[in-house]
Amino acid sequence: MAKKLKLPLDKQAIQDLRAGDRVLLSGTVYTARDAAHQRLYELIQEGKPLPFPIENQVIYYVGPTPAKPGQVIGSAGPTTSSRMDKYTPTLLEMGLKGMIGKGYRSEEVKKAIVEHEAVYFAAVGGAAALISKAIRSVEVIAFHDLGTEAIHKLEVENFPAIVIHDVYGGDFYEEGVRAFQQ
Amino acid sequence: MRVIRYEEIVEKVATMCQEANFELGEDMMNAFHQALKTEKSETGKEIISQLIENAEIAAREYMPMCQDTGTAVFIVEIGQDCHIAGGSLTDAINEGVRKGYQDGYLRSSVVRDPIGRKNTGDNTPAIVHLEFTEGDRLKLKMTAKGGGAENMSGLKMLKPSDGVDGIKAYILDVVRAAGPNACPPLVVGVGIGGNFERCAYLAKKSLFRPVGKRHADPDIASLEIELMEEINKLGIGPQGMGGTTTALDVKIEVEACHIAALPVAVNLNCHANRHKEVVL
Ligand code: SF4
Repeated sequence: MAKKLKLPLDKQAIQDLRAGDRVLLSGTVYTARDAAHQRLYELIQEGKPLPFPIENQVIYYVGPTPAKPGQVIGSAGPTTSSRMDKYTPTLLEMGLKGMIGKGYRSEEVKKAIVEHEAVYFAAVGGAAALISKAIRSVEVIAFHDLGTEAIHKLEVENFPAIVIHDVYGGDFYEEGVRAFQQ
Repeated sequence: MRVIRYEEIVEKVATMCQEANFELGEDMMNAFHQALKTEKSETGKEIISQLIENAEIAAREYMPMCQDTGTAVFIVEIGQDCHIAGGSLTDAINEGVRKGYQDGYLRSSVVRDPIGRKNTGDNTPAIVHLEFTEGDRLKLKMTAKGGGAENMSGLKMLKPSDGVDGIKAYILDVVRAAGPNACPPLVVGVGIGGNFERCAYLAKKSLFRPVGKRHADPDIASLEIELMEEINKLGIGPQGMGGTTTALDVKIEVEACHIAALPVAVNLNCHANRHKEVVL
């Protein structure tokens, strides 16, 4: 059974999560992928304010397809997270509490997740039409010029995801595969 | 000499690009349903169910099954007795891709140059491979190839003495290293032989064969089956979260090669294994 979770995540909710848990997320998430991460990182380096309050928030690594007329958003599945690894520890230091993507994270990111009590979720890569149904509203809030890569504020309802890295250092990619290796 | 009009190709290509992205083939749907029966991991089953539901939504609502609508890759079999009137074949394909991707609200995922990285805005240029055949027909085979799985592909120049064991070991290495990043369950395309660039092409070409269809040569066919079993023992499973369905199929194409060479290429495809074919 999937656990229902409200976003932003509070401390207790994060501590209750374990690698392998299936969750349905409801609330606000911010989208950012390669180009937006680079800009956020540059702003932090320059000591400038970020275009959204990152503390306690969740970032979704996604670059959706353009919405058709009448659609809230186009297809919107996760992109490969490792491309964001370079920037993630800095964002976690700034108070980011969750990330949704797909695929492996670096050792530095895993360490930072434990240190800053955050969580890494995977959504099903390629289940982009299905996931788009969980997205209720979309608003571009920063870096408009980046198009699909701009930062969008999404309101989601019952967004399906799976916990990969928890605050205890759990790693579902490792544990899951170990259980089925022959 | 048969004449095929430029505009006809443009229209066909535009439709193919959209259909490939909206409708997953019957071969893949069957493979999903089969995997749902055999998968041992509960999470794995849940993921496969989501993929089935996802494909159904995409087909019903005419929306892309994946937000990475891919690079448009074509293998064109052109009969030597067929003439294209009104423009070049490459231009016609690119115009079709432009139209198909823009009208279909598909994502533009191509940058003009690999270092400057500015998006071309219309998903062109397509990647076009030509093969000449006898006759006067034009066959267009298209795949929308996603970046995640393509990025985890690999090629290695093995030594002839590495033999079949070396080939297998390398293929398993590539699949293992890809883990969740290539969006398993995968279709694994393998090229063996040829030379450096030909081998990569063979791997890509093998992916155009429908899932479940074995190679005509029984020895290659049994190597495909053997590899599939070994890959599924790796435990990677759907989305790399553990399970018994890592590959839905393995495809191999082989060709003659140099006496000193044994090139092997592994082109991974994700479960969004999008293919269309038309004959003009
Ligand atoms: S690897 Fe395939 S399924 Fe995964 S995001 Fe890319 S195109 Fe989609």
